[in-house]
Amino acid sequence: MADLLPTLIFYLFAAVTVFSGVMVITAKNPVHSVFFLILAFFNSAGLFVLLGAEFIAMILIIVYVGAVAVLFLFVIMMLDIDFVELRAGFLRYLPVGAAVALALFAELVMVFCLSLKHPAALSPLRQAIPDATQISNTQAIGDVLYTWYFYPFQLSGIILLIAMIGAITLTLRARPGVRKQHIGRQLDRKREDTLEIVKVEPGRGI
Amino acid sequence: MTQPFFGSIGIMHYLIVSSLLFTLGICGIFLNRKNIITILMSIELILLSVNINFVAFSVKLGDLTGQIFAMFVLTVAAAEAAIGLAILVIYFRNRGSIAVEDVNLMKG
Repeated sequence: MADLLPTLIFYLFAAVTVFSGVMVITAKNPVHSVFFLILAFFNSAGLFVLLGAEFIAMILIIVYVGAVAVLFLFVIMMLDIDFVELRAGFLRYLPVGAAVALALFAELVMVFCLSLKHPAALSPLRQAIPDATQISNTQAIGDVLYTWYFYPFQLSGIILLIAMIGAITLTLRARPGVRKQHIGRQLDRKREDTLEIVKVEPGRGI
Repeated sequence: MTQPFFGSIGIMHYLIVSSLLFTLGICGIFLNRKNIITILMSIELILLSVNINFVAFSVKLGDLTGQIFAMFVLTVAAAEAAIGLAILVIYFRNRGSIAVEDVNLMKG
């Protein structure tokens, strides 16, 4: 009975996540799609908190909702897109798409059911690792991430750097007529470019 | 049989949620083949389902590796969304629409 509330909350989060997933792919308005995606992210962050992985949950909200979903919104609102034409073919592909999805889901569930023979398969999940009363999940991840997983950590930083360079290089527009300093040209200036000595006759100008 | 399944939450529940989201993502790519923004969002759904899978197993097996890898999946998903949207933006700049089935018209 002590498990009743976490169980109900799990079902609530899981149901809203799956419902949001359905609405993401079927919403007519793409802004609505993004909103349902944000709802899915929030609810799966709730699922992560239930699992005891609160660091991943907060990172999900900060990075996924705060950056990626907002980026989606910016792009959708920036581009003037005719979405009616883009939805053509939705109903045509629906039978085949639903069949493929159902087959895939059936296969996945079959694999899970095979594992039910193992006695520990249905045991309830107990909270975090290591013992959550001693160190928090954040500290536990920090203990491991910067020591054992240092190389992947640095590589992910490089991946983000490359993504940033790529996005800027792709979308940068050089506008003509912008006055900028060219330090190299300024330093290369020679005396001949600046001074011109003119012999002025008395009584006359240049 | 139903009491252990619906009574307390085990790994199976999280795996079923994860596979539901995964199939929804695949379905989304299938159905919205013309709308590339919805395709990108379906890919994000797929990556979210994989994250749920990783973290659930990390708790089940008592190993933090799953959560570390989920963080890296998050990183790569953010990078890929940024680049995908940048490509979309310049495609739109050049074409005026995002009907990506016209992209093979660039073939010489």
